[in-house]
Amino acid sequence: MRKVNTLKNSVGREISDEILEQTGYKPFETTKIGHPEVTYTDHKVRVTKGDDKLVDSLEKVIKDNLKDGMTISFHHHFRNGDFVFNMVMDKIIKMGYKDLTLAPSSLTGIMNDKVIEGIKAGTITNITSSGMRGELGEAISHGLLKNPVIFRSHGNRARSIENGNIKIDVAFLGVPNSDRMGNANGMEGESAFGSLGYALVDAKYANKVVLVTDTIVDYPNTPASINQTQVDYVVKVDKVGDPDRIGGGATRFTKDPKELKIAKTVSDVIVSSPYFKQDFSFQTGTGGASLAVTRFLRQAMLDQGITASFTCGGTTSPIVELLEEGLVKKVMDVQDFDKGAASSMKSNPGQAEIDGSWYADPDNKGAMVDQLDVAILSALELDTDFNVNVLTGSNGEIRGAVGGHQDAGTAKMTIISTPLTRGRIATIVPKVNSVTTPGSSIDVVVTEVGVAVNPARQDLIECFKKHPSINLMTIEELQERAEKIVGKPEKIEYTDRTVALVEYRDGTLIDEIKQVKD
Amino acid sequence: MEIKQTALAGTLESSDVQITLSKGQGINIDLNSSVEELYGKQIKKVITDTLAKYEITDANVKVVDKGALDCVIKARMMAVIQRALGTADQPNWEVL
Repeated sequence: MRKVNTLKNSVGREISDEILEQTGYKPFETTKIGHPEVTYTDHKVRVTKGDDKLVDSLEKVIKDNLKDGMTISFHHHFRNGDFVFNMVMDKIIKMGYKDLTLAPSSLTGIMNDKVIEGIKAGTITNITSSGMRGELGEAISHGLLKNPVIFRSHGNRARSIENGNIKIDVAFLGVPNSDRMGNANGMEGESAFGSLGYALVDAKYANKVVLVTDTIVDYPNTPASINQTQVDYVVKVDKVGDPDRIGGGATRFTKDPKELKIAKTVSDVIVSSPYFKQDFSFQTGTGGASLAVTRFLRQAMLDQGITASFTCGGTTSPIVELLEEGLVKKVMDVQDFDKGAASSMKSNPGQAEIDGSWYADPDNKGAMVDQLDVAILSALELDTDFNVNVLTGSNGEIRGAVGGHQDAGTAKMTIISTPLTRGRIATIVPKVNSVTTPGSSIDVVVTEVGVAVNPARQDLIECFKKHPSINLMTIEELQERAEKIVGKPEKIEYTDRTVALVEYRDGTLIDEIKQVKD
Repeated sequence: MEIKQTALAGTLESSDVQITLSKGQGINIDLNSSVEELYGKQIKKVITDTLAKYEITDANVKVVDKGALDCVIKARMMAVIQRALGTADQPNWEVL
């Protein structure tokens, strides 16, 4: 093995000199953003009166606008019901394009095969995404792509598009409806998915904006989340998505006693904290346990007569129910995780569509996450320094997404809710495989056996001591407890080749993910 | 001890392990585990240790593991061994 010179960043991750030199990255230092003065990038506008926008040939649009080496973008709001990504990428690959940079808001499972095909064909040579899973994550972890993938949080993606680190040449944005001029939203039509949040940044900054839709409605179409001043083409296709796979039905309320215990404890932690007061704000994730938190929290709000000023981030049906009950005043909605949340947007004026920048961008004049009191997040792994990994699995392969994790981590109290172990895999470990969110962002860890508070938050420790229902433990005690159950795992072996770079939300390098040894 | 018949214990559920024990020469372990990179060696150790306690020196062991803990692997091993030896109704408590 050749000698690699490295330096350690402030979360103790080794970053190779070679990468720093080649990419010009600075190593991660701090979660504090400060008040830098930044310059937003310019973008080209082809002036038109709009009569030539509506076309039915995707090939012609691609041929007239795309060149080798360009950057293309997509959104992932159709989730696993997406037809647009595969439709467009298939044509681009068949037309023989080379050296494209793929810059979607994220990659869902249904896109995996097409991305792999595109890499093998030489069409895709660079990728930046929030995450990737399944076969694609596996393939990347075993060295399929020559250039490292760059992982960015949702807020950092907005920031990088604004500052030109991601310079989108052509954005292909699927929408469930549009008029002939490009006024479109995500709320109506057979394949409605609710908020267009992440795509709105692309529509604003891409040099060319191509809407792909199966439903042309009368002009002018309102509400217009994306509007005609931003759109170059509207391409009519047969079908943009599979409504049954866009958002699952409402996730069932968990009956798992372990998940319920965790959810109840998370709710107790919130209620016992100084942040639980009139007009507080919070963000929850998805999954059974998270939905259960919402239910327990609802009861506590009713009992104490407290209402929340807003929730933000990804929206689920139980959150919409809180809105409809008047327990939450506004739902600041950047994406919708289920059908109920997606379809309620058009009827609930309090469920407001926000874009990726408004939601979580660190380099603007104030994002929603900066106003958050409480964030409840999950983790694949968390270590005794409170560093969180949501990107790489226990075998070292990429199987997750940064999402809004780093962004929501700026909340006044960030809670990680996680079981102590998953099967034979410990969740609380001595050192995480890779760092996504730095420990200094994390305040409380809730497991089924106990609650650990970051020692930097003595105020919270003092506060929770007064509540006997909260079983305080140290993070080291939790880690030892987990290891006692599952045993000590062997170390994963990596080569010295870098397959992915993980940016912190300010664009510094928080980690480098290495190729897994076969 | 000599194996009299092929036996099976366990399921393919998450956190369980399914073990098939049959006649063989020497100990051959065919391990397929969802946590092989992390716990492969440890799983094999529990299997060989349990076989040794029953003084079994010749056996083919097919293991399909779904992340079972050591205590589960040991329990499934004891069950499959006693079934293979035809002694399932006389648990060997000393092995515990």
